[in-house]
This record gives sequence, C-alpha cells and structure tokens, in this order.
Amino acid sequence: MSLPLYDTGIASGLLSGILFGYVLENAGFASPRKLTAQFRFTDWSVFKVMFTAVIVAGIGLYAAIGLGLMPANGIYIPTTFFWATLTGGGLVGAGMAVGGYCPGTSTVGLASGRLDGLFFMAGMVLGTGLFAAVFEPIERFYLAAQGPQGQTLPMLFGLPAWVVLLLLAILAAAGFAVGSRIERALGGPLTAEQVNGRDASRKDELVEEIEIVRVQTG
Amino acid sequence: MNPTIRPFWHPLTAGIALGLVLLLTFLLTGHGLGASGFFTRLTAWLGGEIARPAAEANAYLGPFLTAATHPLASWISWEIVGVLIGGVIAAVSGGRFRLRVDGAPNLGGSGRIALAVGGGILTGFGARLARGCTSGMGLSGSAPLAVAGFVFLIGFFVVGIAVGYLVRRVWA
Repeated sequence: MSLPLYDTGIASGLLSGILFGYVLENAGFASPRKLTAQFRFTDWSVFKVMFTAVIVAGIGLYAAIGLGLMPANGIYIPTTFFWATLTGGGLVGAGMAVGGYCPGTSTVGLASGRLDGLFFMAGMVLGTGLFAAVFEPIERFYLAAQGPQGQTLPMLFGLPAWVVLLLLAILAAAGFAVGSRIERALGGPLTAEQVNGRDASRKDELVEEIEIVRVQTG
Repeated sequence: MNPTIRPFWHPLTAGIALGLVLLLTFLLTGHGLGASGFFTRLTAWLGGEIARPAAEANAYLGPFLTAATHPLASWISWEIVGVLIGGVIAAVSGGRFRLRVDGAPNLGGSGRIALAVGGGILTGFGARLARGCTSGMGLSGSAPLAVAGFVFLIGFFVVGIAVGYLVRRVWA
C-alpha cells in the first residue's frame, strides 16, 4: 500500500470534517470571544493549538517520507506569492479580529448554535464575490513575487526537515511558556463556563432581568 | 434544563489531536484540511444561480462553474458538512450548544451581526487573495513546512493583533 491514498470521495471528506469539527469545538474555537482574545494576548489557545498541530502533523509527514512510506512530492505543498499570501493572511487576521472567526471556526460556531457564525459566512460569500469582481485589476498583485514551486523551509534554509521541526518545537515551547505567563497575568484563558455561561450573551442578561422584574413584582 | 458545561480540552491535547487529524487527512487525500475553498464554490454556485452569464464570464469564478467543480462534487464541501456534524456532536455532548447571537460582547444584536458580516467580507476577500484560509493555508501549508504557510501566519497574527487593538473596546 502506498501513501497517500488520494481518496477524495464523500466518505473521506465527511470523516476528515467530522474529526476536524469535533476537535475545533472541544478546543473552544467555536467561541469568537476565545478566538479574538488571542489578539489581545489574554488567551493563547489559538497559538498553542495551531503550533502544536503543525509540529505533530509535520513530524508525521516527514517521518512517513523518511521511512519510504510516501514520496516527498506525494502531498500538496502551496507555493508562495509573497505579497498576496502576506496581505491575504493579514486580511484573514483582520476578519477574525473584527468578526470573531475564520472560515473553519465560523462553521463550528454555527454548529454550537452561534447565529453570528452564519452571518460571518454570508460575509465571506460577499467578500469572495468582491474578490472575483476586482480579480482582473488586481491580478498582477495576485501573481507578484512568486516563490519557487512548493518551496519549504528546509529548502529555503538548506537544513534537514528534522532540524527545522526541532527548531519549531523549541520556538513552540518558548511560546507556550511565555504565553502561559502572560495569560495568568491577564486573568487566565477563557473557560467553557465563561464563554457559555449565562452572562455570555445579552439575550440571557435580558432573560435574567425579566426574571428579576418578575420576582420583584410577583 | 441547563446541562453541565464541560471544560474545553487543554491546548496541548487539542493541538496533538488536531495535528493527528491533519496528518490523517494528508495520508488519506494527499492534501490537508480546508474551509474557504467551500465558500469559493458556494459563491460561484450562487453567482451561477443568480446571474449565470456574468458569473461564467468572470475570470475568477467562471472556472468553478463546471460540473466537476459543483459544490456537491468536491471533497471540501463534504468536509465542511463533516465539520458541522463534528461541531454539533462536540457542542451537544459538552453541554455547550445554545442558540444565540454571540460576538463582540459590548455590542447589541445588530452591532454583533454587522461586525460578523464585515469580518466575513474581509476574510472572504483575504482567503482568495492568499489562496487559502487559516485551515487551508495557515495550518495545512505550515504542517508540510511550506514557506507560504508561515508567510500567511505572519500576516495573520501581525494584522490580527493590530486590528484587535483597534477594536478592543467592543470585544473586551
């Protein structure tokens, strides 16, 4: 059996998606308050979870290649178009800071009952349409500063993959330590109770107020 | 009535689990996880339903309007259906499912919705420009150590922190 299996059928999509959604929600990433707290440094979960996932998957992929289970060119590796990749990433960051989500997290947001996730999705459709409308005028920018096809950090720095992964792991460990200290100093990461408790939305406050009024008048 | 709200996973646990799911997806399909690709196909499909000639003539969306790129024919659409299912299972089993309008805590419902739509527009545009989103480019690009994934993440965090500072009063 050679890897990858290149199974892009319905069952494969559903399996990957169900596991992805299950993990994202359990990480707390259905909550826009928790996600945006990363940008104010009060909750480092986004950094910690993403960095850990990248290293775990990276080790697995390069181990599979190293053991001869998979050819080095067997998986999709995106190519850098420096300005478009950088500013596009920036806009996705701005979108999360303003709207509370990214595409995947708005989906688990909706799955947890958050209707603002659905409005974020509607916004993404509008943004995609806007991009398509101005695609021709910005095409030069979209294609500018193209890097080598499928370039990786090991290629860029001329280092073996395991060295790059080790350096990333050291960086992640430092980020975990620093992030946890800052989190503690700023009141600790948001808990499930805090983002799902009765004080989490104005609608609930309203319900509570009505209850109080009822008690007072009744 | 109110089920017990179970705590989120420790970030290290969640990170290892996410990494293993990402690895499984690579070994299964040859590519990573994504999300914005579905919204591109959805936009193309909606464009085709509303204004077919204009959508077909569009240099970016036109190529998405063939039978082979129909939303229901693409892996990523089923992946997104899966994300919804997995998200519901996790939220319900964790006592964290509740219908609500979440978002910027210091705003009322309409303000929260306006910010959600506005943020979605920025994200929809940005993900097309970057050729992927936080999942498809940030996570799935960085795992095989692609330079593009890290360039994306640098832009994502730097601009996110700057804009997060500007909107801190409505979000915290």
